Amino acid sequence: MSKRRPYVRSMDGWWRKNPFFVEYMIHEGTALFVAAYAGVLLTGLYRLSQGEAAWNAWLAALKNPWYIAFHLAALAALTYHSYTWFKIMPRTMPPVVVGGERLPGWVITAGGLAAAAASCLGLLALVWGMAR
Amino acid sequence: MSEMQKTIEIEVLRYHPEKDREPHRQVFEVPFTDDMSVLQGVQYIKDYLDGSLSFRWSCRMAICGSCGMMINGIPSLSCQTFLRDYYPARVRVEALAHFPIERDLVINMEGFIEKLESIQPYIIPKEERTLAQGEYLQTPEQLNAYEQFSSCINCLLCYAACPQFGLNSSFIGPAATALLHRYNVDSRDGGKAERMELINSEEGVFNCTAVGYCSEVCPKHVDPANAVNQNKTNSAADYFLRFLAPKGGAK
Ligand code: SF4
Ligand code: FES
Repeated sequence: MSKRRPYVRSMDGWWRKNPFFVEYMIHEGTALFVAAYAGVLLTGLYRLSQGEAAWNAWLAALKNPWYIAFHLAALAALTYHSYTWFKIMPRTMPPVVVGGERLPGWVITAGGLAAAAASCLGLLALVWGMAR
Repeated sequence: MSEMQKTIEIEVLRYHPEKDREPHRQVFEVPFTDDMSVLQGVQYIKDYLDGSLSFRWSCRMAICGSCGMMINGIPSLSCQTFLRDYYPARVRVEALAHFPIERDLVINMEGFIEKLESIQPYIIPKEERTLAQGEYLQTPEQLNAYEQFSSCINCLLCYAACPQFGLNSSFIGPAATALLHRYNVDSRDGGKAERMELINSEEGVFNCTAVGYCSEVCPKHVDPANAVNQNKTNSAADYFLRFLAPKGGAK
């Protein structure tokens, strides 16, 4: 009779066992804020479709301190989410070859972050310009 | 012997299937010198303290891929990890995570061997050539396309770093996908369509949630996460393109 009895270890609490996994879970967790914020914007669109009064009521509701606190939390979560997202980006795409040389991962990450920052600032400037 | 021999504690996860119901920890006191790898520490235990300790090793120089262990919870090659980086604290060693423990630090790698076989890790020639036609030529760019993925030494650290493999051991996983990719992108190979069936299957690349730790621990810079994620795109293209150009045979 075989004496073999391979032992399978439990995966319970796997994500707490390594700081890398904790970071991964935080990254995945911040995606909830992305979804929540999409919900906020969609609500705004829906209220707009209901007419001016509904829209103004929604705008007033946004001034609630709780709502402002939520916006700050969402800003922090989304910043972290984009940072970790661009960090993993070089691993998820085909090699980019420029002049026969492969672009190093950090260049792709930096490029992604720069593009995100530029589009945020661009959007901000646009809205600012329209509001004035 | 010098006036005071320094020692370091090595805690080993032991498991002997014939007498242990489950693994347990055992601490050994090992003489310490600056140039000792964790593998040498474990070898000292086997040679002088407890001959029943089981582990795998061969080359002692990060080439053979047989000495992988969890060292303080991190998948590492024990021949390439040094005790001095932990001294004077205790070092914890354990069999590679996510694999069944066969005995002490020895894992059961049958599942991986089966996967390796299933990806057909050899060139399936695009066209038969006669000897008279000479060798297959390849440009440096064509070599570049796969070279990194051919550096894999089957050490399985990437599997010990992959929680999705830990949760579902049928997932083909990082190294096997990296090797599969290595052949698929080789300009001499014509086996891509066959291998794509594995990529697209239940066991395929969509088990991956881009944790990325596999590439982090790989001692050979294979970047298996890149192979897995590039094949998500390939798989999606495969799926949509067959509506445009039905080839038949795809499952
Ligand atoms: S891909 Fe890297 S970590 Fe995985 S088996 Fe190959 S050499 Fe080891
Ligand atoms: S003993 Fe060969 S890789 Fe460590």
